[in-house]
Amino acid sequence: MSTVDRTDTSVIGNWWWTVDRWSLGALALLVMFGAMMVFAASPAVAERLHLGSYHFVQRQLMLLPVAVVLMLAISLPDPLAIRRLACLGFAGCIVLLILTLVFAAEIKGAQRWLSIAGFSLQASEFVKPCFAVVTAWMFAEWRRSPGFPGHWIAIGLHALVAGLLLLQPDLGQTVIVSAVWFGQFFLAGLPVILVFSLVGIGAVALVGAYFTFGHVRDRVDRFLDPAGSDTYQVDRSLEAFANGGLMGTGPGEGEIKTFLPDAHADFVFAVAGEEFGALVGLVIITVFGFLVLRGYLRLISESDLFVLIAAAGLLAQLGLQSFVHMASSLQMIPTKGMTLPFISYGGSSLLALSLGMGMMLALTRKRPGRGGMS
Amino acid sequence: MSPRLPPQGDSVDAIPTVRIEGNAKQAIEVGRNRLLVAGMFFAVAFTLVAVRLVDIAAFRGGGEPSVVRESSATVLKTGRADIVDRNGLLLATSLSVPSLYADPKEVIDVEAAAQRLITVLDHLSAAKVAAKLKATKRFVWIQRGLTPRQQYRINALGIPGLHFQREERRVYPQGSLTSHIVGYAGTDSVGLGGLEKQFDGMLRDGAQPLKLSLDVRIQHILREEIGRQMVKFDGIGGAGVVLDANTGEVIAMVSLPDFDPNLTGAAAEDARFNRATLGVYEMGSTFKIFNTALALDSGSATMNSGYDATNPIRIARFTINDYHAKRRWLSVPEIFMYSSNIGSVKMALDFGLAAQRGFMGKLGFLAPLSVELPERGTPITPSPWRRINTMTIAFGHGIAVSPLHLASGVASMVNGGIRWPVTVLKRDSSARTVGKQVISKRTSKQMRQLLRLVVENGTGRKAAAEGYLVGGKTGTAEKPGESGAYARKALLSSFVAAFPMHDPRYVVLVMIDEPKGNKESHGYATGGWVAAPAVRRIVSRSAPLLGLLPMDEESPEIRQVLEIELLAEKGRKRLASF
Repeated sequence: MSTVDRTDTSVIGNWWWTVDRWSLGALALLVMFGAMMVFAASPAVAERLHLGSYHFVQRQLMLLPVAVVLMLAISLPDPLAIRRLACLGFAGCIVLLILTLVFAAEIKGAQRWLSIAGFSLQASEFVKPCFAVVTAWMFAEWRRSPGFPGHWIAIGLHALVAGLLLLQPDLGQTVIVSAVWFGQFFLAGLPVILVFSLVGIGAVALVGAYFTFGHVRDRVDRFLDPAGSDTYQVDRSLEAFANGGLMGTGPGEGEIKTFLPDAHADFVFAVAGEEFGALVGLVIITVFGFLVLRGYLRLISESDLFVLIAAAGLLAQLGLQSFVHMASSLQMIPTKGMTLPFISYGGSSLLALSLGMGMMLALTRKRPGRGGMS
Repeated sequence: MSPRLPPQGDSVDAIPTVRIEGNAKQAIEVGRNRLLVAGMFFAVAFTLVAVRLVDIAAFRGGGEPSVVRESSATVLKTGRADIVDRNGLLLATSLSVPSLYADPKEVIDVEAAAQRLITVLDHLSAAKVAAKLKATKRFVWIQRGLTPRQQYRINALGIPGLHFQREERRVYPQGSLTSHIVGYAGTDSVGLGGLEKQFDGMLRDGAQPLKLSLDVRIQHILREEIGRQMVKFDGIGGAGVVLDANTGEVIAMVSLPDFDPNLTGAAAEDARFNRATLGVYEMGSTFKIFNTALALDSGSATMNSGYDATNPIRIARFTINDYHAKRRWLSVPEIFMYSSNIGSVKMALDFGLAAQRGFMGKLGFLAPLSVELPERGTPITPSPWRRINTMTIAFGHGIAVSPLHLASGVASMVNGGIRWPVTVLKRDSSARTVGKQVISKRTSKQMRQLLRLVVENGTGRKAAAEGYLVGGKTGTAEKPGESGAYARKALLSSFVAAFPMHDPRYVVLVMIDEPKGNKESHGYATGGWVAAPAVRRIVSRSAPLLGLLPMDEESPEIRQVLEIELLAEKGRKRLASF
């Protein structure tokens, strides 16, 4: 793009020459593919719910520009401003999570959506990026300032967030938040022996969830013993991939997708696999992998611990979420309702991911001398 | 919560001391190394997903869309199990048929659509179809259960808004032949009568066919012969049972009039009524079988006992008289053979009320049958059970049981004295059901002799099917009228038999409701004239199918087993000397 001059020192010019344009391009690809997939996957679901065929398409296409603008806007400020924004956002999300528990209507056995001015808001989506940045700061301070109990604060905040999510109950988000938090703790230099202890605690917690939550036990049982139970969704999902083959049936030609209850959200990858084929599926996997791995490679030369942990956490969230989504629909792990970042339908998810990726872009922008933060 | 920081905590402006600098450097080194580990984790995870994706997309299934699984799963779920007879012949099965429905919102020209539709479905009226197509609903049934031809023609009309749905329809290939036992299922394949109702849940999720004890061939003979007598004697109904005397299995059971279970909507109330199991009747003289058996078994009388049947018995406002009155002393075999009411009453008074009530209970006559049909009649029994009841029950009045009760009771009188629970399901020969001894073997043998005597010399001569040693007893009961008084004209004529009498295999019961005498029967409508001939034909037609060979009825071996004649002769001689 030659429209922005190298010597342009305006905010936009400065941004363009410092932001990672490869990551920006990958994100743009995902957003475009998401716009395409909402056309492919959502009409069948909308018709089944007796909404207009393009109900979800219209809503998603109205939100996409908002999401893009949000992402770009958030990527403008410097790391300090991002940290402050995340702290404010985190505080706001905690309040919203508490309000959700008090006011939200129960949908499919859980209280997750808070209705604000006609827009249902899923606070648990927004808390993830904010929490990642706040914990990154705490972990970094723990290492940088001897005597500062940053790690204890991080542990406390994690307990608070996980507790609020489990009360909804939303085990999927809890697992993602906890895994990212643990990854950040790991990056911050958690002693190896404690790494293994925490992995053990996590395993015990998951086993506990198996026995505590009926739907979790149900899904795990189905995964372990597909023959003995109703695995309707994931069976259809696998059929969709098989039906699509390498080249896909072509846009709009998918048939299995009409039998997939959550085709537009939790099983959008299967719809993509059916209509666009496994090769396009591989492209999607590559784009996600590229985003995460390129981010990590760039962070290796990062000299600010906070930036390193925060950006790695944000990328881990994106990577984990896409991995869980794709692996569920391919029956590699028990079915877990998880959106595919930027591609699944869902307003809260889309905006929250834009927020997170915006922060990631901002944090990983080239800074003069690379040492500006330390 | 504001990002206020602890002392010297603001990282941006932190003044690095050497120690902290070293610390931070070390921390960032650890962070970078571990970043590689995390990166590896993601690389491996995404690679695995990619491998799995290619594996599923490229090497599983492919080409053929497998949407069919959806529909096959639904068919499996609703497939109702078949019902078959003891030889595996199909009595009820399920077919998938198209049903026509409309989405009125999609119909463009309602009137034209209705007009064209009735060219195929000509039993519907255009106005009614149009009314349905104007409904504000998104789904209305037009016609359920179409033939393939109708479906083809409607499809060819090309009317928008009309759709087909596959539905399951119950089909009874034998039509009305087994209607009262198999029963029927409604439009949505819900069992509404007979075994279809009784085993509804089991049939719904059972893949194994339900195997009945019925033999369709015998069922057909029974139904035909009872129908013949009904027409001949202008009866209002009929019932019949063929029972395996040694297992309690119902081989055939008929109630007439019956109905076509394929067209249940058209069946009249009376046709749906199962006279064989739900109807309870005062059976009349056939009950003398039980009366005599009890007298012999309890020891209150022997084959050589005699009773004075010279004069009618008067009790309260009733007079008990004999139909074939001999006006003399009669031996026990004679009382049975001539069906003497007077003699029977006197025998009953000898064993008494308590013994009679106990015996009726043992035979299962005081409770509904345990047969696997929802239509089971509750016997009407005297309450309180008085002396007068004991007297009338001696000749089969004052107690009402179902025809199947009667057949089951007779089976235990002739099979060596064992009462088997009656069943319409084929008994597993390995699972031995335990029968209950209700009379001694000796009494049972005497009953066989007495029953044979009735067919040889008594009121049941018309039941003699040559070569099959039929034994039996007639019954001609007067039905209680509206007012409760007995009407001479309304009879219930029956014959209950067993064959072959030296070792009974089957019990046959034929009952005709309200037969009228005709010229051929010299105006008689009694069991001996109406029901006995039917039994003869049923036995001679069924026995070969049941694997029984005709035998020489005069052979010495058989004579020896059924030597009653001598005894009767002796008794008569002895009585004559009185």
